[in-house]
Amino acid sequence: MPACKARKLLNSQVTAETISALYQQESRRVLATLIRLLGDFELAEEALQEAFACALQQWPVDGLPEQPRAWLVSTGRFKAIDKIRQQHTQRKYQQQWLFEQDEDSEAFQADEANHQNWQDDELRLIFTCCHPALSTEAQIALTLREICGLTTEQIAKAFLTSPVTIAQRIVRAKNKIRDAAIPYEIPTPEQLPQRLDVVLKVIYLLFNEGYSQSSGDQLLCAELCAQAIRLGYLLLELQPDTETMGLLALLLLQESRRHARINPQGDLILLADQDRSLWDKALIQQGVQLVERSLTGRRIGPYALQAAIAALHAESPTAASTDWPQIVALYDVLYRFEASPVVLLNRAVAISMAQGPAVALPLLLALEQSGELSQYHLLDAALADIHHKLGLTQQARFYYQQALSKTSQQAEQRFLQKRLESLS
Amino acid sequence: MKYLCLVYSDEKLLHSLPESPKDEECFAYATSVQNSGRMLAAEALQPIDTATTVRVRAGKTLLTDGPFAETKEQLAGFYLVEAKDLNEAIQLAAGIPAARVGSVEVRPVRQLEV
Repeated sequence: MPACKARKLLNSQVTAETISALYQQESRRVLATLIRLLGDFELAEEALQEAFACALQQWPVDGLPEQPRAWLVSTGRFKAIDKIRQQHTQRKYQQQWLFEQDEDSEAFQADEANHQNWQDDELRLIFTCCHPALSTEAQIALTLREICGLTTEQIAKAFLTSPVTIAQRIVRAKNKIRDAAIPYEIPTPEQLPQRLDVVLKVIYLLFNEGYSQSSGDQLLCAELCAQAIRLGYLLLELQPDTETMGLLALLLLQESRRHARINPQGDLILLADQDRSLWDKALIQQGVQLVERSLTGRRIGPYALQAAIAALHAESPTAASTDWPQIVALYDVLYRFEASPVVLLNRAVAISMAQGPAVALPLLLALEQSGELSQYHLLDAALADIHHKLGLTQQARFYYQQALSKTSQQAEQRFLQKRLESLS
Repeated sequence: MKYLCLVYSDEKLLHSLPESPKDEECFAYATSVQNSGRMLAAEALQPIDTATTVRVRAGKTLLTDGPFAETKEQLAGFYLVEAKDLNEAIQLAAGIPAARVGSVEVRPVRQLEV
């Protein structure tokens, strides 16, 4: 087909839907680059909206530009420059910036054709949003808003808080970025490991938020998980170290069980009772490959170890054939990195599977005695299960009731209620 | 950008812990910041026993003996530095020897709008 004919065909297809799809796909990357170029969140967001407004007018008439993303950045940038020129009360730094813009206009054109730059802009923005000088809550809210493109309403819904709270959190964080001059840059190699840990934690929390909710907006939850995985892949390209690999593997392996862990009524299904044919084989394969790569690395840490545990579950054809002694061994190593009571709880559960409930009972009772998990319903649930297995129905009932009183999540409550009823 | 790095520490521990910095070390660090061209000012302060708090109310000057607030850690000194961005300021703050026993609050300086 001659080139001009193909081009014409392309033109006739540019509709508001095409542009809307492009917005979904590209708006965050365009924003990341505009933030770098303009050095200001608000200005960049306005420029982004203006650029898409122009696209809606021009593209259906003139056809799709060869590089839509570069077109959007360039249009947004010129709109912003116009805007600053029009304003009478210019700030000093913006005047300086305008001056620089005229100077490096040619360099800009060449720059924007480079794919690597696009990716770097997204990474710069991630490291800015996850800057350790911001609170964890602010890091998460900013990441979801600026990098993942969620609305404040969606973020509020995902975190069971009000849109006003989220909006305030984001505004405060943006003000701090501007006033304290938190830079848009990928950290230097010496700073990278420490800074990376913060980003990995944000991605991990983001995923968990989407994964642990069994009630509520399922589409929104799936979106959170998908975004976390996307960010994981993006970081992996920057820094293919063991912990980045480990985290991504962990997310992929958990995601592989999404459709098996909740029944159509929204009830939780335990790992042992899940229909393993519903597990996503492709995700498991990707996850397991990453685990294997990560375990050969030098900087093994908690994410790689948790991923290795998830991989053992994923690779086991039945619940009964799970390699529990190996899982116990991995929890032992994990505890050395992360001496948390939650790790001890999981280890005790693995021990009960590997060596029997009688061996695990004293470990769980000691945990209960320590009081560290006194508000954590899963310790009570584990104690209930163990007592039940040992035929101690009365104690089992007591602990299920304890667990019930400590969770407000409906799916969890229904699950525990069912267990309680099955005792009698 | 200008940043003020406020050094806070429990006065009783500032000079008494094994990792407490000696004056020589503090001076050496200040000199290195000075030589890097990023120092605008830096001083160590006398203990809070010597502090006087001044307020002006209804045209009258009121004085109180002691610091403006009783806190667990007290202001022990400051650095006023010129840095490219917060990362650079944090790096400078992290090098202040007293950060090992106390804490350093990093605050961007606000331009008065006149």
